[in-house]
Order: sequence, then structure tokens, then C-alpha cells
Amino acid sequence: MINMFPSLKKGIGKTASLTSPRPRWGERIIEKLILFNGILAIAVLLGVFFILLRQGIPALIETPFYSFLFGTHWYPVSDPPTFGILPFFVATMWVTVISTVLAVPIGVGAAIFLAEVAPRKVADAVKPVVELLSGFPSVVMGFIGLVLLSPWVQNTLGLSSGLCGVTAGIMLAMMSLPIIVSVSEDALRAVPDEFRQAAYGLGSTRWEVIWHVCVPSALSGISAAIMLGIGRAIGETMTVLMVAGGALALPGLPTDPMMPMTAAIASGIGNAVQGGPQYHALFAIGLILFILTLFVNLIAARILDRQRRKFAAG
Amino acid sequence: MTIGNLVTLKTDPANTRAAEDGHCLRLQQVNLYYGDFHAVKDVSLDIGARSITAIIGPSGCGKSSMLRLFNRMNDLIPSARVEGLVEFDGVDIYQSGIDVVELRKRVGMVFQKPNPFPMSIYDNVAFGPRRHGIRNKRILDEIVEKSLIQAAIWDEVKDKLGQSGLSISGGQQQRLCIARVLAVEPEVILMDEPCSALDPIATLKIEDLMRILSTNYTIVIVTHNMQQAARVSDMTAFLMVGEDRAGMLVEYAHTNEIFTNPKNKKTEDYITGRFG
Repeated sequence: MINMFPSLKKGIGKTASLTSPRPRWGERIIEKLILFNGILAIAVLLGVFFILLRQGIPALIETPFYSFLFGTHWYPVSDPPTFGILPFFVATMWVTVISTVLAVPIGVGAAIFLAEVAPRKVADAVKPVVELLSGFPSVVMGFIGLVLLSPWVQNTLGLSSGLCGVTAGIMLAMMSLPIIVSVSEDALRAVPDEFRQAAYGLGSTRWEVIWHVCVPSALSGISAAIMLGIGRAIGETMTVLMVAGGALALPGLPTDPMMPMTAAIASGIGNAVQGGPQYHALFAIGLILFILTLFVNLIAARILDRQRRKFAAG
Repeated sequence: MTIGNLVTLKTDPANTRAAEDGHCLRLQQVNLYYGDFHAVKDVSLDIGARSITAIIGPSGCGKSSMLRLFNRMNDLIPSARVEGLVEFDGVDIYQSGIDVVELRKRVGMVFQKPNPFPMSIYDNVAFGPRRHGIRNKRILDEIVEKSLIQAAIWDEVKDKLGQSGLSISGGQQQRLCIARVLAVEPEVILMDEPCSALDPIATLKIEDLMRILSTNYTIVIVTHNMQQAARVSDMTAFLMVGEDRAGMLVEYAHTNEIFTNPKNKKTEDYITGRFG
């Protein structure tokens, strides 16, 4: 037979036996390395959860879970101390709700504008700027809220202090906007152009194409974006510490000064005696925060999953 | 001329004229550009009502671009520019004041890749009617059933109208897309290589369907499958790329004639497989 690829044959050289393969060490090392990394990531996650449990549980034994969660008084240095975190929990809810109500329509609207309406050049110029917004350190955002936003809120709403839930909520909205815009825009851009063409071909107007085809098709991505935004708002610490007002009383109105859970931990941990009751109580707040964000993520995962099953091919 | 024009066509003398000589679509000296690129050059042809016209030609000769002239789909490409006269039912559809939404309702389109929306089969078919203001559930049910029956897919999907339009096979998806177009009751159906993503059996089903539909609808189909053009169409237009890379009409005649007795040497070379 004529050898058509002489150079190839030379390159392969001696053929190895089929039954006793070469050891391929490089392959094995990489496999082990990847396995190790995977285990490490899971171990770190479990470790953090374990520490939270270990440090938080004693507080929940000392103060019954019910009165811990629904108690309205936080007197960590009284004798005996009282640990009720309802004011913090409600504060977190207020600022998160305000932030979400503001950020979701604006963010999704901006994403629709960037993905569907704006000329490509404009979108390509604006998106990095929006994403840059998420790069601002939270302390800077807190500072802006402190000197610029809070006086405005105070005057506009006629409050005795501009440091309150509304101010914190607005700042959080600004901070969760970039992620909502960015992820929603990606989701809209991922909608195949065939859908748009089909809709235009049926005599739809531009708005109908956007509202009845593009947004529903991108809904899973947009939901994920919203959940990520909510997660950001719940977990944000420095900004709310600076602008939410820091009051320990149960906030009845969003315009009351308040102390979200993250801020409560950050402001309390410096004074808490290590291993003391307050120390454990702060960890217990952390545990509840963790469960809260886990919950948000689970909801997001469920929505994503349901969407995927609904639209799945085959 | 205004939007009203397309709606009140029936009394327009130009329309009567168009109806008399049986022409539904007409191109006169049409040129299409994408920016500097000359995609379609100097094409003139008349397409008769309630017939099937095939547009054939080698890849990149401007077949699809030409098809998209008829429902102004090229408008979606910002750099596209059209010169010459494109008529539908005797109306110049590129004059100012034309209601493109209304035009596309009457000149429907089926695309190369089956593209059902990611929603239920029912919602896919009801999409067009809903956009055009039909909310009554009973009427929508009727339209959906009628369209699916017309598209010869009713028996296969009647028990799963609530399932995703993406859950059925490619051939079924394409017939669903045809049903979706039929649901808005167009007069013309443009088909852009509707079978290129389908297997031979699904292809034959679509071709049978086209023959049945052509008794009521004017169908224009772009295809790179010459046998398909020969099997299904009444008239055939052969397009080719000229020396300046612009697509131009080489020959337009009855399908029989094109395939048995082509006037142009290039047509003969193409259909006998000497190039393309």
C-alpha cells in the first residue's frame, strides 16, 4: 500500500500496545487537581455554615428561638441581657422591599432599552458604564447617601432625620441596579432573533415583539437578575450602616430610622466579648441572614428550573 | 397615499386592474442594497394570485433578500435600501404612509429554521390573532383549531395544545409555524427555504400542504432544492449572481418550461447541475 501521509506516520512513531496503555501522568494529575478544588470549595462552604451554627446555636438556646426572632428589644449589655431581633429583621425587610420596588422596574426597563431599543453602538457604550457602577465601594455609596441623598429625603418627605429606611432603600436600589440591568440584558440578548423575526412577520409592532415575545422568552434570566438584586440588597452592610439611621426600635414606617440585620452585626461585633452572649447572638443573626439568602437563592433556582422545563425542547 | 390604502384596496382601481390580470405581487426594476452591497439588481417580475412561485438559484444570489422585499422584512436591517417599485395588490408598498404591520399581516412569512415561540402550541397559533385584538376565548379556540387543521397538524397536536411548541418534532414545528401564519388570515405566504432543516418525509408533508394551500393563498417559496421547485411550483424564477456580485433575475417562466426547455444557457447549466 502507498503511504499517503508519510510525515504523519513518522510522527506517530512506534504504536503503543492496546492492552497495556501508557500511564498518562499529566492527565491523572489534572483530574486529581480538579477533584481537590471541587472538594475544597464545598468544604469552605460547609465550614462557614458549621461555624455559624456552632457560634449561633448557644444564643438560640439561651434565648428561645421564638423570642429571639420576635422579641422587639435588643439590650445586649443589660443584666440580664435581652436579645430580640425583630427590629433588625423588619428593617432588613423594609430596605429590601424599597430597593426592589425601585430597582426592578428601572433595571428591567433599562435592560429592555439597551437590548431591544437602543442602537448597538449606544448599548455597547452604556453597558460598561452601568457595570462600572457596581464597582463603587459600598462605603463610597454610603458616603454619597449620607451627604447628598439624606438631606434631600429629609426635606422632601419632611422628616426629622434623613437617615432612614427610605434613604437606605434608595441607595441599595442604586447598588443592585447594575446587576439587574446587566443580567437582564444578557438574558434578552440571548433570545434568538428568529423569535423576533417570526413576531414581526405576523404583523406585530415593536412594542408587542418586546413585551409578548422577548420578555417572556427571557423571563428566567430576568427573574434570576431580580433575585440577584434582592440578594445584594439583603446582604449589603456598609451602606445601610451609614444611612439607615441605626435606631434599635421597631421601625413601623419606612421613613423611620432603622438598623438592618447586617448593620446590627457590623456595629455590634466590635463591642461584643468573644464567646459572650452578645457574641453568640450576633452569630445567630448571621445564621438567619444566611438562611434568608439561601431561601432567596432557592426561589431563584426554582423559577429558573420551572422556566427551563416549560420551554425545554424534546 | 395613506394607511387607509391597504385597507380599502378592494375599491381601488389599481387593485381591480391587478385582479384582472391575476397579479398579486409585482417587482419593477427593483434594486436592493445593504449599505454599499448591491444585493438584488434590476429585478422585474409579476407573481400571480393563488399560485406557487419558486425562487431558485445558487447560495448568496439574493433569493431570500428578494423574498423579504414583499413583506418589508428588510426594514429590520438598518442599512437596507430599496429602489424601484414593489407592488402588492396594486399598491406600492414602499411609499410613505404604508402600514407595515398591516402589510405583514396580509403577507405572512415562514422561515428557514422552524421558530415556534417558547410558549404552548395553542399560544403560538393564537399569537397573531391576539396581537390583532381578538380576546374572545371561543373565537380564539376556533381560529386555533381551523389553522392547525389547515396546516395538517391538528390530529398530531390536538391532545397537547398546552404543551410547549418546542416539544414537537422539527417537521411538526414547521407546520405549527405555518398554522401560526394562517391564523392571521394572510393573502400571501412567503416561505424562505421552509424545508431545509427537515427530513425528506417532513419535507413531502410540507409540499403537499403547499399544494393544498395554493388554492386559497399566493405562495412564494425560496428553495435551493431544485427538485422541490419542480415538484411544487407553478412558476419558477431563477436568480444568479452577476459579475458585480449582485443577484439578478436570469429567467422567469412556467416551471415546466424552466425545467424542460430553459431559454437561457445559464439556467440550463444550473438545473442540469453543471454549477451551483
